Amino acid sequence: MALKVERGQVAALLGPNGAGKTTVLRTLAGLVPLAEGRVVLDGHVLEDTARRLRVPAERRPVGMVFQDYLLFPHLSALENVAFGLRARGMGRKAARQAAADWLERLGLAVPSHARPATLSGGQRQRVALARALAIDPRMLLLDEPLSALDASIRAEVRQDLRRRLRGFSGVSLLVTHDPLEAIALADRLIVIESGRVVQAGTPAEVAQRPRSRYVADLVGVNLLRGRGRGDLIDIEGGGCLQAVEAGNGEVLAVIHPSSLSLWRARPVGSPRNLWSDRVTGLEWLGDRVRVQLAGPPALVAEVTPAAVAELELVEGTEVWVSVKATEVRVYPA
Amino acid sequence: MARLSPQPFNLTLAILAGLGALFFALPLIGLLVQTPWASVPSILADPSVKTALELSLIASLASTGLACLLGVPLAWALARLHFPGKGLLRGIATLPMVLPPVVGGVALLLAFGRRGLIGGPIATATGFGLPFTTPGVIVAEAFVAMPFLVITVEAGLRSMDARFEEAARTLGASRWTVLRRVTLPLIRPSLAAGAVLAWSRALGEFGATITFAGNFPGTTQTAPLAIYIDLDSGRLPAAVVLSLLMIVVSLAVMVALRGRYLGDA
Repeated sequence: MALKVERGQVAALLGPNGAGKTTVLRTLAGLVPLAEGRVVLDGHVLEDTARRLRVPAERRPVGMVFQDYLLFPHLSALENVAFGLRARGMGRKAARQAAADWLERLGLAVPSHARPATLSGGQRQRVALARALAIDPRMLLLDEPLSALDASIRAEVRQDLRRRLRGFSGVSLLVTHDPLEAIALADRLIVIESGRVVQAGTPAEVAQRPRSRYVADLVGVNLLRGRGRGDLIDIEGGGCLQAVEAGNGEVLAVIHPSSLSLWRARPVGSPRNLWSDRVTGLEWLGDRVRVQLAGPPALVAEVTPAAVAELELVEGTEVWVSVKATEVRVYPA
Repeated sequence: MARLSPQPFNLTLAILAGLGALFFALPLIGLLVQTPWASVPSILADPSVKTALELSLIASLASTGLACLLGVPLAWALARLHFPGKGLLRGIATLPMVLPPVVGGVALLLAFGRRGLIGGPIATATGFGLPFTTPGVIVAEAFVAMPFLVITVEAGLRSMDARFEEAARTLGASRWTVLRRVTLPLIRPSLAAGAVLAWSRALGEFGATITFAGNFPGTTQTAPLAIYIDLDSGRLPAAVVLSLLMIVVSLAVMVALRGRYLGDA
């Protein structure tokens, strides 16, 4: 398995549970030895089994945010953030000052002596991030950074995390099983399946052109950026969709390809979104066909081979496209 | 924990439970009844009683320190490392708990005595021998008390989430820093419980001490030894007063432990 992430880039490792995502992070952090291979960061070899070289975890310039954060329960939020600086030999006073600065930078308005148990999920996530960033790492590893949070605050924390990761100059690699989380946070997706990379690319590339049935199931969704206007979304690049409570401001709309319906004649019914379109390509993935539509908005529909035959779909066919407003999922961008 | 619903009264059970309570209470009551209260101050003021108590206190605390110093790393190795013969090592480390203390004393003599496996060469080289010295008392007490610390701390380490140690390592902490700043603080309740158990075991030690270190007032005669000698030589009041004092100490430890670490019920 080969992985390459550029400096300043946020990559998401996406895959099913048990695919070995967390093992990849633990290996990069130096917590588990590599069976065979190399880890190179900024030109420095961290591990090379051929040369029997291995930098131990405590000497790697790598920060890690664990799935359940693992904040030290016997230390305050401030002491948690100062821990890495103290371990690296910084004086007590200087470390506490630096930790306080980090907490402030991450917008954490909690008493510095507060124990992790008294903090909310979102606050804990920020303390964990501050703790990992405080040691000035050149690589940041995040294991399911949002999975420990309530669904109600996940969107807000995700937006915040996205800003932080954009501002981090080193390499960021996050692991998730949630495609939306990956798409929202990363500028590069790496999909792995049973320990192998099955596809890598920008979220848009991977979502629009999944190379396997598995990737299509996982991330093969229609992903649209736009601006919410009540129940309407103005899509970037043209077109407008009705959605339920799109809100106002920048949004991300996700439409699953199988929720798009294709018709030869204009249908009569309740779908809020109905427009005529043109087929620009057909892609056969086993028992399903992904139909590319010209737009705007450019979308992919997923239908059965029988439907393709019945609708006589080929490149250039004119079709009517419909999707219910409730099938357009909206997330704040 | 689910609360039990009120149980129907059962006479047989109640009688047996009452007898069980009496079985523990009667010796205590006997001791209290027989205590010559009027002469307690004069007995406590007796230099030999004071010396025995002092020695007991010093030796039990020192052996607890020794048990912590050696027992915590041993418990750590048993809980965290994988190596062949670990089961055997755990067995050896806990053997003194089931061994008759007098057997432990004999074994200590054969290892650290003036003609023992290690003690022999040391005695030849330096002229120093552990038996019949205060350090000998400390070694004998640590030998019987350390298993309590090892098993308590090992259990604490096993129930602790070891990923906290991993988190500390990714933050740049050396193994030593991890132990000092993360592991030990997180297992503090187990460590404290283990240390108190070990200390109370050391305080009551008799068999291994008298076998390995002998019974010399001022150097090796601890309170339990003094009690036995007083009783044997007809000084019942002194034996009773010393016994009472040890009961008070043990009770205080039990109460302190129950509130903080053993859970209240």
